[in-house]
Amino acid sequence: MLSRLFPARETILASAIMLLLVIVASRFHGFVAPSNLANVFNDTAPLIILALGQTVVILTRCIDLSVAANLALTGMATAMINVALPGLPIPVIIAIAVMLGAIMGAINGVLVWKLAIPPIVVTLGTMTIFRGIIFLISDGKWVNSHEMSAAFTGFPRAAFLGLPVLSWTAIATVIIFAIMMARTPLGRSIFAVGGNPHAAVYTGINVGKTQFFAFVISGALAGLTGYLWVARYAVAYVDIAGGFELEVVAACVIGGISIAGGAGSVGGAVLGAIFLGVVKNALPVVNISPFWQLAISGSAILIAVAFNARAGRAKGRIILKTTEANS
Amino acid sequence: MSDTAAQTRHIPDRLNSRAFRILRSWETLLLGVAIAIFVINTFTSPYFLNAWNLSDATFNFTEKAMIAFAMALLIISGEIDLSVASIIALASTAMGLAVQYGAGTPELVLIGLGVGLLCGAFNAVFVTILGLPSIVVTIGTMSLFRGISYIILGDNAFRGYPDSFAWFGQGYLYWVFTVEMLFFVVIAIFYGVLLHKTNFGRAVYAIGNNPTAALFSGIRVQRVKFILFLLTGLMSGVAAICLTSRLGSTRPSIATGMELEVVTMVVLGGINILGGSGSIPGVVIAAFVMGLVTFGLGLLNVPGIVMSIFIGLLLIGVIALPRLWSMFTARRAS
Repeated sequence: MLSRLFPARETILASAIMLLLVIVASRFHGFVAPSNLANVFNDTAPLIILALGQTVVILTRCIDLSVAANLALTGMATAMINVALPGLPIPVIIAIAVMLGAIMGAINGVLVWKLAIPPIVVTLGTMTIFRGIIFLISDGKWVNSHEMSAAFTGFPRAAFLGLPVLSWTAIATVIIFAIMMARTPLGRSIFAVGGNPHAAVYTGINVGKTQFFAFVISGALAGLTGYLWVARYAVAYVDIAGGFELEVVAACVIGGISIAGGAGSVGGAVLGAIFLGVVKNALPVVNISPFWQLAISGSAILIAVAFNARAGRAKGRIILKTTEANS
Repeated sequence: MSDTAAQTRHIPDRLNSRAFRILRSWETLLLGVAIAIFVINTFTSPYFLNAWNLSDATFNFTEKAMIAFAMALLIISGEIDLSVASIIALASTAMGLAVQYGAGTPELVLIGLGVGLLCGAFNAVFVTILGLPSIVVTIGTMSLFRGISYIILGDNAFRGYPDSFAWFGQGYLYWVFTVEMLFFVVIAIFYGVLLHKTNFGRAVYAIGNNPTAALFSGIRVQRVKFILFLLTGLMSGVAAICLTSRLGSTRPSIATGMELEVVTMVVLGGINILGGSGSIPGVVIAAFVMGLVTFGLGLLNVPGIVMSIFIGLLLIGVIALPRLWSMFTARRAS
């Protein structure tokens, strides 16, 4: 029972995060103050949201490297819409952001589903295409905070029950995903497709279509985050969130989402994101240059993936019947 | 056993003649595209058809192509290395660091090649010895290698490379022929022979088509893959030497996004992204096509980031169009 409540991997990761907090707190007590932890969580919220979208994609044996470019393009688009139509209510802006992101995800999804192009190639291509389009629509210019309306930039920071809306969005996404992955046909088919595509076909699941929906979900979340990101930092330009896709993949891999598909949990992805978020926020506190961040997430990916492989290593192939009978 | 009946293959009574096969190959198509782009460029810009301008234009692709040849073998064997641009950054940073301690040109070259080899070996250990998927490993090392450059350099830059070091990236052998062109030709011939004329090359194809069958036919699959990662790292080291020598300075953001262009070049060259087929001549022509296109767009004052849209479209289009075409013909046939 206890092992069911606390799967090994998530427990290890949670302990690692606690250990990290204790080490930092032993020198800087202020770091573990509730208000600072809330700040760290808020800072990590975009990573959590994107990591959940990426989790779904990776579970279906795909990968989405275009999330950061998608985020930046949607962010720029919503910022430009806000400049053009300052009176547009925020719910409409959010709907546009989610739609735009979902459309970009659908483009990835169709190429993977209908043309069977490897996801890594598709998203590597769309990553640069989306970034290039930001340059085309913005002409390389920045949209600065004084051009955006107060309602636009204020929304993600608006406090609700003590936490900003950005944090609540992440919490809501986690809850929705936990229910979706465990209780809905789509969630179960996502696991089935990643676990064994051939078996999934025989149980009546359309593998390509499931992968398509995974990309749409990932894209929609990237779109939503695009608006929240641009509004929170109150600036939009071509290079926002550059290289963020690597951090998102890192969060998933650290969280134990198997890159081979079919294995992983929502809790793992969230903990993976929080781990990276804590590291990122602790670096300046313990006086390490933020330039270490990239190398740390790279090492974390390698360590995590090596660790995953050790844990789930397949036994040797059985090629003789007699051996099979003996074992 | 009943499956085999369903999967009967159409085997032609006689093979097409060699000339006909060459005429219909991907390489011939690509060569046609290259010639067309050359002609279009000649008409759209008066500055295109000039020996010196064309010589300058080769810098657009020579360094990337050096890596693309090694990457082609790696992709044919069913693996991929996304960390090549980061290896360039790390090798270049190491060379810049050595300059601060008074290293001369021979030492710099050794350091560049050595770092490339080490990085390749690092990837290889994770992929072949620990048995991890190369996509994740090289996404990890892509962060790690460039991350180390950022740790060393921060927002600074290394300059002050010795004058003799400029030979690699800025030197000319004779008239408009650059040193990098010589490297390009030598490396292309080396990989062409390695892939198409040696047992090692046959093993690479065999592994890409069916690693299990390759293993059971006595090919040391992991050793071949290890060597391929080493070669890709080494070529990234060579490219780092050329690029650093050409730019004369090192920043941690050097060669950002180059892995995409290298993979695009390989795929455009007709290498199957899933492994198992492709040729080096295809990659050579693809290098020229990409060089001509970016040079032509540059002459028309198209900014670099817009060119990257084109590269992205090219990458997806090159794979998508043949598949769309076969879907279309299959529908018409049925």
